[in-house]
Amino acid sequence: MKWLSDDKLDHLLQVVGTRYVFVKELGRGGMGTVYLAEDRELDREVAIKVLKAPEATDGLRERMIREAQIIARLEHPGIVPVHDVGTLPDGRIFYAMKFVRGSRLDEYVAQGASLRDRLRKFQAVCDAVAFAHAHGVIHRDLKPQNIMIGSFGEVLVMDWGVAKIREDPCKSAVFNTSDGTVIGTRNYMSPEQARGEVEIDERADVYSLGAVLNFLLTDQKVSKPLKAICSKAMATEPGERYASASELSADIGHLLDAEPVSAYRENVLEKTGRWVSKNRFLVLLVLAYLLMRIFLIFTSRR
Amino acid sequence: MSKPLLGVVLGAILGAIDGLTAWFTPAVRDQLGGIVVGSTIKGIIAGVAIGFFAKKFHSLPIGILFGVLVGAFLAFLVALMQGGYYLEIVLPGTIVGLIVGFATQKYGSAPVEAN
Repeated sequence: MKWLSDDKLDHLLQVVGTRYVFVKELGRGGMGTVYLAEDRELDREVAIKVLKAPEATDGLRERMIREAQIIARLEHPGIVPVHDVGTLPDGRIFYAMKFVRGSRLDEYVAQGASLRDRLRKFQAVCDAVAFAHAHGVIHRDLKPQNIMIGSFGEVLVMDWGVAKIREDPCKSAVFNTSDGTVIGTRNYMSPEQARGEVEIDERADVYSLGAVLNFLLTDQKVSKPLKAICSKAMATEPGERYASASELSADIGHLLDAEPVSAYRENVLEKTGRWVSKNRFLVLLVLAYLLMRIFLIFTSRR
Repeated sequence: MSKPLLGVVLGAILGAIDGLTAWFTPAVRDQLGGIVVGSTIKGIIAGVAIGFFAKKFHSLPIGILFGVLVGAFLAFLVALMQGGYYLEIVLPGTIVGLIVGFATQKYGSAPVEAN
């Protein structure tokens, strides 16, 4: 079979009577090309990921379908939903998903988001990943480029192409990984992934989440508890990390609420400082009361 | 702690402290016991009113405003009975009402609604 070039896809999509009309290319990845398209039946914009023609080996085809299946089973506000899977006339697999307007997490950070906003978004990422873990799916390639911030502030975890399903041994990996095959992105992958270990668990994603958190903090003044959270998430030994993405999310939540975090033992001074900062208004009221009392004592003595 | 209970506890503590500060006014030092008891009772009454208000209305600004009004009103009544010391009694009473109003809204636990 002769493969069509991506340039000809526009024409193809519009003439063969598929429900999608090509609009423009959005980006290219290792496995396929993502296009913005219009769904003529439902009259909405969608993103379509089409398998790259020249590399369309059976393994990649299977991986693409499995990616769509994985995303489809993860119905969560933080995970981009898949609408449709199909095959183009030239045999290329594609799947249609929600088109997310907004920016990638790295672009969002470059726009100067505050630390608090970044941490809230990070919590949403953790929650989406925790949901995937609860359904036996490990992402294995979490990085800022795979996280989208929608125009309404919604957070979506993308690119589940190298995700691994845990509970079914027959489907242990989307890719048939073997020892020595490195999956993930350098700087964001856990040490065990970097070593090419097959038997990785949720804590590999926890490490990547720690690396994403570290990225979010690069140009920020970071408190000791926040540093400790980052270090715990990125511990070399999986056993020393947070046991789950939910635990990591909870610690970030505690930090945002000025409560103690599990990763850091604070001294009395830090405890007091945190309490004062959390109850600033009450402290101001009591101070105002005391000042007023002192003022009255001195005026009544005159 | 429930909002009314927090109001009572806080009102009593702040009322007692408020009364004890009368020690710094030599003219009324010999009446300190009565002032402390009276001030504590005033604090408890204010705390009950503010606490029950906080239970009914979940709004920090309105809770604070109510606290200020109750604190000022009760302190004014006390000053009226004393026949003087309006500033020394009404101003602290108002601030105590403000603190109790804020604390009951912010820290008091809302009642759990039965299904």
